[in-house]
Amino acid sequence: MKQKEDSLLEIHDLSVSFRMYDHGLEQTDLQVISNLYLTVYPGEIVAVAGSSGSGKSLLASAILGILPGNASLRGHLHYKGEELTPRRQKYLRGSEIALVPQSVSYLDPLMKIGVQADGHKKPYPTEKRRSVFKRLDLPDKTEQLFPFQLSGGMARRVLVGAALITDAQLVIADEPTPGMSLEQAMEALQMFREMADEGKAVILITHDIDLAVEFADRVAVFYAGTTVETAPAADFKNGPDSLRHPYSKALWRALPQNGFWPIPGFQPYAGNLPKGCLFAPRCPYKTAECERELPSVKEVRGGEVRCCHAT
Amino acid sequence: MVIIMKGTGGRLVCILVKNSIKIISLLFAVSAVSFVLVSASPVDPVGQYILGLGTAVSPQQRVEIENYWGVNEPPMERYLGWLSELLRGNLGESALYRRPVADIIGERFVNSIALMLCAWLLSGVIGFGLGCIMGMYQGKLPDRMLKKVCYILSSTPTFWLGLVFLLLFSVRLKWFPIGFSGPIGVADSDVTIWQKLHHLILPAFTLSLMSFAGIALHTRGKLIDVLNSEYVLFAKARGEGKWTILRRHGLRNIVLPALTLQFASFAELFGGSVVAENVFSYPGLGSAVSAAGLNCDVPLLLGITLFSALFVCVGNMIADLLYGIVDPQIREVNQ
Repeated sequence: MKQKEDSLLEIHDLSVSFRMYDHGLEQTDLQVISNLYLTVYPGEIVAVAGSSGSGKSLLASAILGILPGNASLRGHLHYKGEELTPRRQKYLRGSEIALVPQSVSYLDPLMKIGVQADGHKKPYPTEKRRSVFKRLDLPDKTEQLFPFQLSGGMARRVLVGAALITDAQLVIADEPTPGMSLEQAMEALQMFREMADEGKAVILITHDIDLAVEFADRVAVFYAGTTVETAPAADFKNGPDSLRHPYSKALWRALPQNGFWPIPGFQPYAGNLPKGCLFAPRCPYKTAECERELPSVKEVRGGEVRCCHAT
Repeated sequence: MVIIMKGTGGRLVCILVKNSIKIISLLFAVSAVSFVLVSASPVDPVGQYILGLGTAVSPQQRVEIENYWGVNEPPMERYLGWLSELLRGNLGESALYRRPVADIIGERFVNSIALMLCAWLLSGVIGFGLGCIMGMYQGKLPDRMLKKVCYILSSTPTFWLGLVFLLLFSVRLKWFPIGFSGPIGVADSDVTIWQKLHHLILPAFTLSLMSFAGIALHTRGKLIDVLNSEYVLFAKARGEGKWTILRRHGLRNIVLPALTLQFASFAELFGGSVVAENVFSYPGLGSAVSAAGLNCDVPLLLGITLFSALFVCVGNMIADLLYGIVDPQIREVNQ
């Protein structure tokens, strides 16, 4: 597949499945990400939204090449126009692509925060780390603490800091803000914004759509392991009429400040995915066409959407 | 820093006091149980003593000896008598060696501790090293081979292994002596340290083979747990290679449980030394205990029982203390 020349990261038709033992010794492949697409350009923050289990965190592992051994990956991953092979991923990890993981359990419990955030590469970026920690409102003594002594918010700020002190071109932040105060979260996201403005890029996996929309350029909406829509962040501020996919609209309406309206049904489980459009069973606009095959991606009003009926 | 030291120091004292109370009450219980067991057993110390005299004894004299020793007093009184002497530091006199039990234990223990310490260090280092290798190569050839070796070794009886080593290294190859802690026909004071070491190698090696398999398999399991953890996943995501991960995160997180296991293995070590010392005729506590048992030497048997209980308890206490010192989570929470 041809790549857009100027993209930093381009993902086409990505599928990830896990080999599982089903009954006794019978093996089955459980597809948890299917036909996912995402493009990230230098200088932008792309927020990835979607409910739990929609494959957001797995996407991060897939990009970095750190999926568990029983996972297999199909599709195209391109970084700076070149294919991301396992060997290239290994080289890029920690140097050009940095991860902000989800929780304190990603920190070595027996290692002090300072040494741990500095990482294994010499020379240790101690000075830079101290100034980043300061900006993230982490007290000076933090570097002497062990992970179990951190509050949830502090741990997240440490994880954000650890990514920011690398010279990464692309940061994948997996829910970096929960547990932080609003000011701290704003500061962390502001630092991502500054990074992006320097020509780097950030993938911001989040549940906090409101906050993300303030800092992000585009929002990608995931559902059941696939991308249903990518839209300019402004569309999420404008409301459901600016959005393209029925699920994105439903997601907007389900936010507390927008009426808190749930829709019936639930996200299908991997291994039990419907044929055709994955959202069809819950979609109010469903037609026979939707159930026949997965709709292809099309461009609608400056965004991309995977829906036959989007206009 | 000062505050931390104070906190740690205070905590250490606290643990020491707590453990001392525990150990003393446990020793008390051990003394009672072993006394009851010995009293109930068909062991006949008087008969054995008379046998040791080598001369015939009339029934009249036998009764006199029994009365002198207090054999016919009620068990409770005998126990209290023994206990009160014990508390004064008198463990009694060995019927077999005709010397104070405390002296024999002291003398034998020096030999045993050399043997056990060598075996303990050897099994700890080899076990930990092999465990790391197996963990790093989980499921691959080195792991599969070493795992089989470990299973075979841990299911092999020590005495049999000792005999095989004797046959091979002492009888066939003549690399090592066949027994004792010094050459035969040389006075104890003339035995050099090298000769002692030479006599120590084979029993120590046999004894260490008994326990290193367990340590290796345990270390392997722990390392695999660590390698599957989220913090190792993050380390990978930050570009750390396999061996960097072992150095930065693996060792740090598996050395603690390994140390605990190592100190908690004092009991097996002592049990193993009984067998190894008998096979190699090595004059340590282990061979003294079987000699005492076979010759109905009740004071020596009880003395060694108490001493070995103390030995195992101290091992466990060191493990407890170490955990508190090395693990920051326990250390800092206790402050």
